[in-house]
Amino acid sequence: MFKKLLAATLLLASFSALADTFTFTAIPDEDEARLQERFNKVATYLTAQLGVEVKYIPVKSYVAAVTAFRNDQVQLAWFGGLSGVRARRLVPGSEALAQGYEDQFFKTYIIANTSTGLKASDKFPVGIAGKTFTFGSKGSTSGRLMPEYYIRENLHKVPQDVFSRVGFSGDHSRTIAQVQSGAYQVGAVNYKVWETELAEGKVDPAKVTVLWSTPAYPDYQWSIRGDADKRYGKGFTAKVRAALLNMKDKDLLASFPRESFVPASNNDYAPIEKTGAAIGILDDND
Amino acid sequence: MPAEKSAQRQFSSGRRLAFVSLLFVICAFCCVPFADIAIAQSEPGRELLRMLQGLFSPHWQDIGGLLSALGSTVAFALLAVALAAVLGLGLAFLFHWRLVRIFAASTRAVHEIFWGLIFMQIYGLSATTGLLAILIPYIGIFTKVYAEIIQQQSRIPASTLSPQTPLLSRYLYTLLPQSWAQIQSYTRYRFECALRSSAILGFIGLPTLGFHLETAFKQGDYSEAAALLLIFYMLIASIKYWLKVRLIPVYLIVAVFLLPDSPAMGGSYFWQFISQDIWPRAVLEGQWGDALNWYQKQFMQLALPGIGQTLLLTQLALVLTGLLTLLFYPWGSRLLVGKKLRLGGAGFLLVMRSTPEMMLAFILLLVFGPSGLPAVIALAVHNAGLIAYLIARYSEVLTLPPDAPRGFNRYFYNITPRIYPQFLALLFYRWEVILRESAIMGILGISTLGFYIDSAFEDMHFDKAFFLIVITALLNVLVDMLSRRIRQYCQLQEQQPG
Repeated sequence: MFKKLLAATLLLASFSALADTFTFTAIPDEDEARLQERFNKVATYLTAQLGVEVKYIPVKSYVAAVTAFRNDQVQLAWFGGLSGVRARRLVPGSEALAQGYEDQFFKTYIIANTSTGLKASDKFPVGIAGKTFTFGSKGSTSGRLMPEYYIRENLHKVPQDVFSRVGFSGDHSRTIAQVQSGAYQVGAVNYKVWETELAEGKVDPAKVTVLWSTPAYPDYQWSIRGDADKRYGKGFTAKVRAALLNMKDKDLLASFPRESFVPASNNDYAPIEKTGAAIGILDDND
Repeated sequence: MPAEKSAQRQFSSGRRLAFVSLLFVICAFCCVPFADIAIAQSEPGRELLRMLQGLFSPHWQDIGGLLSALGSTVAFALLAVALAAVLGLGLAFLFHWRLVRIFAASTRAVHEIFWGLIFMQIYGLSATTGLLAILIPYIGIFTKVYAEIIQQQSRIPASTLSPQTPLLSRYLYTLLPQSWAQIQSYTRYRFECALRSSAILGFIGLPTLGFHLETAFKQGDYSEAAALLLIFYMLIASIKYWLKVRLIPVYLIVAVFLLPDSPAMGGSYFWQFISQDIWPRAVLEGQWGDALNWYQKQFMQLALPGIGQTLLLTQLALVLTGLLTLLFYPWGSRLLVGKKLRLGGAGFLLVMRSTPEMMLAFILLLVFGPSGLPAVIALAVHNAGLIAYLIARYSEVLTLPPDAPRGFNRYFYNITPRIYPQFLALLFYRWEVILRESAIMGILGISTLGFYIDSAFEDMHFDKAFFLIVITALLNVLVDMLSRRIRQYCQLQEQQPG
């Protein structure tokens, strides 16, 4: 009895926010420190375009973004390929609305510490077997799903059996830092993050180098819940899509960072779904 | 002479203490060949230099954001501890009920981070999640510890009462007043721990200091990370100046307003979570044979190797914690060092115990490469900082004879032998804590139970996560029981820290 009362009080305390705000989130994958600042600008833009109050809430992990989407805490989200597939499977009727221009042909780089003596090549670098290896976040498309798929495909073993040690750095920037320091010998990293950090001078080319690039795959996208029209009025989903596609301000686009947004559909992510199922991380009954 | 001898036998638990200590050291040595503690060649210089530079140039841009994070950190800790203390005190009087004991043992056997991850599935990123994640385990802790404190009190005042006196009055007027000072001091100590828990909950997304700390650290913004850490240290160091009993009601009211706003959630996922999400499909479909197979598979493939790695790391970390504690406690004790050194020593112990283990582990990972070694050292440093602080405080109530030895002799032949039972008792209390914490070192590429639990959450396999959390909790309960046996064997008083 007392516990129920307590739970009720706690719940009340947490329901102070308005229900009719349109809320979105973004998976934290890069330059997290400025996420709030940058995405608040996006929220302002969307508020003006959509005529409802739009708020951004920050999350710490891929799974938190997916959970918030499932629990209707957010109605729109900037997901990675895999997290988007996961989220849309949990919310019936939800749709992929738009992807970044670059996301149509996204890539993962396999990087290595130069002390390994491994050299860049066009073919999958089989020499990485036996080394220590770090993925990015466990739920990342570019930091986990795709590299794991190509490792299994080319070496016919699960990563734990290919490498002498497998780590999950949790973040692309940390993957680079760890391979650069030699803590791990080889790693897999989102090519956009690599190029950004290279341009910013955070990468020392004498210490860490790109070995191989995966073939292109579809990645990040905006997804919206299926009940958005019912809640915010007919045609709302189309309005959101238009607002996203019309985002031309360089400053806003730099938040992602993308050149522009192009239309996307759930079907565009069928390859990701297949890959996820192939390596067993999308399998519900595993 | 015979009287003296029997007195000696009665008080000399020294042999048993030595035996148990030796046993644990030998056990740790036996763990070394099996534990995963290789050192990888690496050149951490560049990254470490940047960290050092950051440390000496703390910097923070967004003051408003910082203050609000500070506010929610304190608010979560205050409200959760206040509620948990009241509920724990109530339950402590029912501690003779088995159900209450089981409740207390199982709630405190799960790490706050895991409670946070569980409640996040139900209440999203909200104040409720943050409060419950601290409240639930702390109820268990307070229930147990308060009950033990009350148990130690004298029954004589109660025997002076009329037999008709109601039970509640007996408690309120005889046992509670006697225990009050100890309860207060313990609750104060726990509040410091709750501040740490609250900050660390930021790592999974709640808007506390840890949120920004993890971000800054992960992104390599070491100046910002340093600013946050320094603020956190100051917060902990200043508790004794602002946490006044009389002001607590005011603080509590303010804390309610400081709780972060949470976005509303559509519908309740509580029922779905406990009736569906946490069970494998076979259980939901009633295929008991398949379900058994499923659980067996998870146990053999994940839980068993996870338990092995977790225990190995725990045993090593435990012994190293003990060593470091003995090395560091004198720096915080008035009886062993002068005033200036002690100030520095106390500051050092505060930094040791307040730096989140995850950050220590990451720095050590860069130095030693990925293995169990950074985990063992990080756990040992953190826990040694905590125990050394408590032991140093405890040592100051000891009285020295006028002719007490000085310097090293005082350390080796007077103080250390006298605090040793207390030291061992605390170490055994921390044993289960170390076990719990070693489970959250997944970033190091060592497959502890926590690594598998974290993976299960990331893959949204809540059935797997739930099963593994139950296993972890059981392991905790087991270690807790064992440590109580050992404390009894050593005739260690069930005395509480604080």
